Amino acid sequence: MLVLEKNALTAEIEILVEKYGNDRSALLSILQEIQKNHNHVSDFAQQEIARLLDIHPVEVFSVISFYAFLNTKPKGRNIVRLCQTITCDLMGKEAVAKAIERELGIEFGDTTKDKKCTLEYANCLGMCDQGPAMIVNDKVYSHLTPEKAVEILNEIK
Amino acid sequence: MENKKSQRAPVSQKPHVVEKPTRVGTIGGKVSIEINEKKVSVPLGTTILEACRDNHIHIPTLCHHDDLCIAGVCRLCLVEVEGMRTLQASCAFPITSSLKIKTSTPMVRKARRHIIDLMLSEHYGECYSCVRNNNCELQSLAKEYGVDHYTFGHVKESIYPVDNSSYSVIRDMDKCILCKRCVRTCIDLQEVGVLEAINRGDKTKIATFRDKPLADVVCINCGQCINRCPTGALHANDPSDDIWNAIDDPDKHVVIQTAPSPRAAIGEEFGLEPGHSMTQEMNTALRRIGFDAVFDTNFTADLTIIEEGTELISRLFKALVEKDESVKLPQFTSCSPGWVKYIEHFYPDYLDNLSSAKSPQQMFGALIKTFYAQKIKIDPENIVSVAVMPCSAKKFECNRPEMWDSGFKDVDYGLTTREMAKMIKEAGIHLPEMPKSHFDSPFGDASGAGLIFGATGGVMEAAIRTVVEFVTGSKTEDVFENANVQQVRGFEGIKYFEIPIGDKVGPVPELIQHLIPNWDWLKGAVLKVAVCHGTANAKKVMDDIKAGGKFSECHFIEFMACPGGCLGGGGQPIPTNEEIRMKRAQAIYAEDESLEIRKSHENSHVIKLYEEFLKDGPSGHLSHKLLHTGYTKRGKYIA
Repeated sequence: MLVLEKNALTAEIEILVEKYGNDRSALLSILQEIQKNHNHVSDFAQQEIARLLDIHPVEVFSVISFYAFLNTKPKGRNIVRLCQTITCDLMGKEAVAKAIERELGIEFGDTTKDKKCTLEYANCLGMCDQGPAMIVNDKVYSHLTPEKAVEILNEIK
Repeated sequence: MENKKSQRAPVSQKPHVVEKPTRVGTIGGKVSIEINEKKVSVPLGTTILEACRDNHIHIPTLCHHDDLCIAGVCRLCLVEVEGMRTLQASCAFPITSSLKIKTSTPMVRKARRHIIDLMLSEHYGECYSCVRNNNCELQSLAKEYGVDHYTFGHVKESIYPVDNSSYSVIRDMDKCILCKRCVRTCIDLQEVGVLEAINRGDKTKIATFRDKPLADVVCINCGQCINRCPTGALHANDPSDDIWNAIDDPDKHVVIQTAPSPRAAIGEEFGLEPGHSMTQEMNTALRRIGFDAVFDTNFTADLTIIEEGTELISRLFKALVEKDESVKLPQFTSCSPGWVKYIEHFYPDYLDNLSSAKSPQQMFGALIKTFYAQKIKIDPENIVSVAVMPCSAKKFECNRPEMWDSGFKDVDYGLTTREMAKMIKEAGIHLPEMPKSHFDSPFGDASGAGLIFGATGGVMEAAIRTVVEFVTGSKTEDVFENANVQQVRGFEGIKYFEIPIGDKVGPVPELIQHLIPNWDWLKGAVLKVAVCHGTANAKKVMDDIKAGGKFSECHFIEFMACPGGCLGGGGQPIPTNEEIRMKRAQAIYAEDESLEIRKSHENSHVIKLYEEFLKDGPSGHLSHKLLHTGYTKRGKYIA
């Protein structure tokens, strides 16, 4: 990481600390903003957040590792998360999953070579009455069929 | 829980009658409760666990530890509380109303048994190949609850690789039961913050920042986590096989130095109550094992006092009289390798405050391979130098690259109290039955001042005993009753003390006269000192110094990384708690009182060493080469 990049990141975190407070309870809000802006929370960012909140870096790392929507390494620009919970599974999740894998040419857990898409499983999205469901970035799609899923992916690609 | 009605959450219960306070001392008075149909009265706010223990009812615990905050994660201490739908963790349930508690019902026993079975189902490893065999809390619980088969199966293969990157602490996460005691030790007790639980659910494990090896993170090697681990998941890096090989090699001259704290605690490993000093029994045992010479680390503790004391006097002179701004005050002690690594990581800008004097262990190492080797005419290459320490950080310290001042590795192996006890047992020796014997020449028996290094405040007390006599020329006994400086003793986290020097300065002994041109500036001066133990307290003191508070005006501050000082070190027998540490301290202070020579500068062997070997005196050229060291700015950022 370049020094300039580091300084910019530190400044960004300082602003967030100003906004949410320098208490450990502000941690999650700060992490979410950093995740949103940078697509991941880097090692350096974690240690800076820890320093400014006066907690230990390992505590920041612990929180990040707990939440599926926070990550320490950059993923694809778009993240596709397919619900793997039982209702969606019964409504035909498997066929949708196959179609997505074929369309993107990757398996679940992987990122496309052009860094455009990351494919993951998610647990219940609360759309059990409208399954199968998936969430692309922040948007939820329900009543999926293999064709509809491919269509949605073509839009973001 | 007889019927459905009683299984409801206790929202609609009748208001509880709380008795009026009987004693002003208790917060909010007492409350009467029923434990197993027996009426008892306990102070309001007591946890169910404490109430049961006070009334001699045993409740099994695993994540609970006297030194740590309550976690309530293992759920082994579950009890039935009437009116509650579910079982309650007694360690985390403060009593605020009159309750009816049952500690042994079919439901409680079944739940506890299931918890143990579930832990065992994920606990890889066999008891007989574990360092904690016979001293493992999980093992004894399995016995207590009559586990004779694995109800939920048992892991057949290792899941996590062993992290043996550190010189001091080895982590074997296959044996971890996720009680988080190490996490609470590292974050709350020591405020180092190396370990935390990562991931979640069945993927949870205890890890370092970014799951890096322990050697790559800010671990200070204090080993407090080892002392509090209920299983064998954390243990010290054991060099005893190499030491046996050296003993069995006829060409090697194997010498051992013993620190005061292991001697005050090793009896515990042989079934004695805490608080029995085994100094002279251990000397005999070590010779029978095959060590060629047994030395007392207190000898170099005395030397440390002379070196560190003279350094302090010249620092004070340079900073206060000559107004040399490059000389930093307060001077920090440097005997505790855990503390040294802590300040290197967390306060690297204050390394100039750290005394350049080595710890007693490393001073001895340098002397053994120079002075002693010349004296007995043995090639230092054939000397193997072992140190019995209460400490896991000493293993790291002896491997520091700067600790080669004799031209060889000054101390070859650091051995903890536990490992020493194991070696003694392996040799077929029952320590308490050993006859007594003294230490070997040329270093001989040391002073009581060196001995009390083992307890928090000990270095300060030893320094005060010497500095008072050096500077004022009067006897320490005249200033402090029986030369006991009670003000710096005890387990209070941070202690502050002022010593007025008075108008009488000198005559200064010949040994240190060359240090500074005149001594009169000390007249009427007040020496301000502080003592703290545990790095959490060290952090408070350092933050105060940074902010320019009271402690920044101190002249000399003693820091110890471990709670209680060395006697609570990471290499000491397990278990540990405040009561045990107190007893060890008592043993050390009692031994000090029984000695004739109780001041470092009265140790005739030390004086002789300056006459024969370190001829240019304390802080002289040779002593600087052998007895002093430098430090590394490590910082806390992990790349």
